[in-house]
Amino acid sequence: MKAFRRVTSRAVVLDRPDVDTDQIIPKQFLKRIERSGFGDFLFFDWRKDPDFELNGQKGKILLTGRNFGCGSSREHAPWALEDYGFEAVVAPSFGDIFRQNSLKIGLLPVTLPEEQVRELMGRARAGEEITVDLEERTAGGFPFELDDFTRECLLEGLDEIALTLRDEAAIAAYEAAHAA
Amino acid sequence: MGRTLFEKVWESHVVTRGEGRPDLLYVDLHLVHEVTSPQAFEGLRAAGRKVRRPDLTVATMDHNVPTGDDTPVDPLSQQQLETLARNCEEFGVPLHATGSGREGIVHVIGPELGLTQPGRTIVCGDSHTSTHGAFGALAFGIGTSEVEHVLATQTLAQRKPRTLRIRFEGARAPGITAKDLVLAAIGAIGVDGGVGQVIEYAGPAIETLSMEGRMTVCNMSIEAGARAGMIAPDETTFAYLRERGVEIDERWRELPSDPDAEFDREVVIDVTAIKPQVTWGTNPGMVASIDDVVPEPEDEAAERALAYMGLEPGTPIRDIHVDRVFIGSCTNSRIEDLRAAAAVVAGQQVHPSVRAMVVPGSARVKAQAEAEGLDAVFTAAGFEWRRAGCSMCLGMNPDVLAPGERCASTSNRNFEGRQGAGGRTHLVSPEVAAATALAGHFTVPA
Repeated sequence: MKAFRRVTSRAVVLDRPDVDTDQIIPKQFLKRIERSGFGDFLFFDWRKDPDFELNGQKGKILLTGRNFGCGSSREHAPWALEDYGFEAVVAPSFGDIFRQNSLKIGLLPVTLPEEQVRELMGRARAGEEITVDLEERTAGGFPFELDDFTRECLLEGLDEIALTLRDEAAIAAYEAAHAA
Repeated sequence: MGRTLFEKVWESHVVTRGEGRPDLLYVDLHLVHEVTSPQAFEGLRAAGRKVRRPDLTVATMDHNVPTGDDTPVDPLSQQQLETLARNCEEFGVPLHATGSGREGIVHVIGPELGLTQPGRTIVCGDSHTSTHGAFGALAFGIGTSEVEHVLATQTLAQRKPRTLRIRFEGARAPGITAKDLVLAAIGAIGVDGGVGQVIEYAGPAIETLSMEGRMTVCNMSIEAGARAGMIAPDETTFAYLRERGVEIDERWRELPSDPDAEFDREVVIDVTAIKPQVTWGTNPGMVASIDDVVPEPEDEAAERALAYMGLEPGTPIRDIHVDRVFIGSCTNSRIEDLRAAAAVVAGQQVHPSVRAMVVPGSARVKAQAEAEGLDAVFTAAGFEWRRAGCSMCLGMNPDVLAPGERCASTSNRNFEGRQGAGGRTHLVSPEVAAATALAGHFTVPA
């Protein structure tokens, strides 16, 4: 996994609630068997509209509405955001599977209260750069929560499978105890 | 204090637990399909890892397969299907391939093959894995990185979600289906109402549902934002399992939530007030009763949804005409769904302006329906009778809507473009879909 420590950048504002993963990466692009190259297809249908938010803004941070990434479990959604150039997404809430998938690939999902996200959107629209700092667990100066283990994995870019395989004895013991 | 069904299943699967880190959960059953697995197998290969428990892993082909008899597979889909077959062979994973007679939508075949059992932990790279919770299993969707993690370790690191119980109080009126219950619940709590939570569905209206109905309810948990939905196993569950050759484990009787178990949150839904549901917008929470009108938009998202759907506020739902009807998907493609729809259309004709199709959820459902003569009922009425697959639920195969086409669909998502770019989806029950196919506009069975 790609490590994440800190990013300072202009932010892209996509002020819509319930953005589903079908919009982030439509299904016709899920047929590829590779992990890369999805950025070109990010928000494929919405980007056809010249007024769509992403067409006029650039940045490594996405500021968006509640329940971002709801719907399908496709990891292609965070792959597309990451491939397009985003390193962090800040929202009042996320679809659970999307959030989990993002953490696995080093795209940092940051949950902040709605009024703080609104304030950051205002600052971003005014052209201010925003810093998301995982070591400090802050975004635009606001503290956010992330458990120590996940933070450590992200900071170090750890291979979670290798970490779990260190628990091989415990897994084998569980299997022995539960063998039918 | 008593424990919930969810807590009992979770706690009995914890392999390791540590301060400040997620629990490591054991996975009893891992279902795999062609779309979300290629990169996971590739990851194993790159790291020189094996599938730890191929005997607890089952693969099928569903998302990409054409459902027409002679429809060719497009080259990219073909590559994905072949990749799955090759990966299953290389890693020793059992595969129910197209043409095996055991293939079908992953969430239809798990229960059908007797693999979905109470108290199990079940995962799959598909958000509708919540379906299997109907048996009192803890079942949830995962992404490709997690698929790789489960393949390699048979475990998953997870933060424990909170619990939400939705109690459906009162009896269903005639004609009110499981689909109407769950759409009404999503309408009540919203598409993010279940985020971070596991839902337990309870109450008399749930207890009287068949297993097929319970699967429909749990299937759509993710549409309320909940990763999993669960229903306590009971005699209905055990009868379904026995019919599929599964021996009943007496310990399953202890799984239901204890009477004094506490949930983080409780919601009560009055079932007597629920009418047949039809979605009008671009997420499943944008839903109304069939007797209502298209609502005035309350925010920008609703305005955008109405513009996309080409609908005017104040239009009676029953006056909305459709071009297509789709009966299928992991939500409503089981034998009971097909029987209900066939009963509505028997001896009648699909409206001339409507193209209607029925897509059974699995090869076995298709065979069963054909043994009962349901295929003849549908085709005589003017429906297309197709082969098993995900079909027009997500349009990754040739079954798609054309831009602007409006569809009454028994599937689970009415997102923009879900059934084809520019397509307009209204989610309904199989009964309403069938009646709508005959009338050409939304209606209930006569």
